[in-house]
Amino acid sequence: MHLVYPAVLAALLFCTGLYGVLARRNAILVLMSVELMLNAVNLNLVAFDVWLRDTLHAGQALTLFTIAIAAAEIGIGLAIVLLVYRNRGTADIDRLRDLHEDAPGPDAGHGDREEKAEAAA
Amino acid sequence: MTGTAALAAQAHGTHTLAAQTQGFLSTSGVEIAFLLVGLVTLGAALVTVTTRQLVHAALWLVVTLGGLAVEYLLLTAEFIAWVQVLIYVGSVVVLLLFGLMLTKAPIGRSPDADSGNRYPALGVAGAAAVALVWVVADAFRTTWIELDGAPQGTTKVSGEFLFRNWVLPFEALSVLLLAALVGAVVLSRRKNAQAGEKR
Repeated sequence: MHLVYPAVLAALLFCTGLYGVLARRNAILVLMSVELMLNAVNLNLVAFDVWLRDTLHAGQALTLFTIAIAAAEIGIGLAIVLLVYRNRGTADIDRLRDLHEDAPGPDAGHGDREEKAEAAA
Repeated sequence: MTGTAALAAQAHGTHTLAAQTQGFLSTSGVEIAFLLVGLVTLGAALVTVTTRQLVHAALWLVVTLGGLAVEYLLLTAEFIAWVQVLIYVGSVVVLLLFGLMLTKAPIGRSPDADSGNRYPALGVAGAAAVALVWVVADAFRTTWIELDGAPQGTTKVSGEFLFRNWVLPFEALSVLLLAALVGAVVLSRRKNAQAGEKR
């Protein structure tokens, strides 16, 4: 098999995930796009491992490790997203602008949310 | 005369060389299957990042990950394909669906699934795709994967290399999974001792 096919497919999948990470608003959709990027890397690792006929099979071992780390990452990421949703009432990442430089200060309408965030801190 | 003979010999040599190496599109069944499954995978990935229905995005992600598992099978990495099916399709997508439902994601079309920086994102991703595909296709234009011979990723082979050469990273990974488990529990636990008084 030509090596270009898996390599190009991995590159295109990675760029699809990149677009999703940059363009999506919901945090869980961003996590899905991160999974796409990780899978593209996995495909590259497997293809190059099979091509090189490595005796240690470093590519396949690293693929297994990447899959395990991705599972851990999705668990922690979803826990963080659920915590943010519980405190803020939204999972949209472009509304979490508290660290923005000219963000409006906490006004009266946000008092409830501020209190909740304080309670969770 | 000798010059033409040498030229002819040279041409003959390149001809036999070209006959020995495969053509760019050698029509083997594995390549055709890889291309077709790759097209389905890429299309499902594109739908995943562009659809406006959040639950549908997770379901299209299943198609993408399953297609990648088939690609692993075609690359003779059998064990990785089944691990992919078990962990990604089996648990990660279920976790994502749970996350979507726990954050009360809208079931129908949500008009604000994409943020405002959609077109800059499209530009960045398109530029990255063009650059990566150009470089990769130029670099590996003349390399082929030999899929003949013993398969390189059967469960026997995987067990041997994993537990002979990679035992220490494997064990370290189990510690990492334990740390992630504890971290997720700590993060998602309600702090009743403090919050109970204020709420």
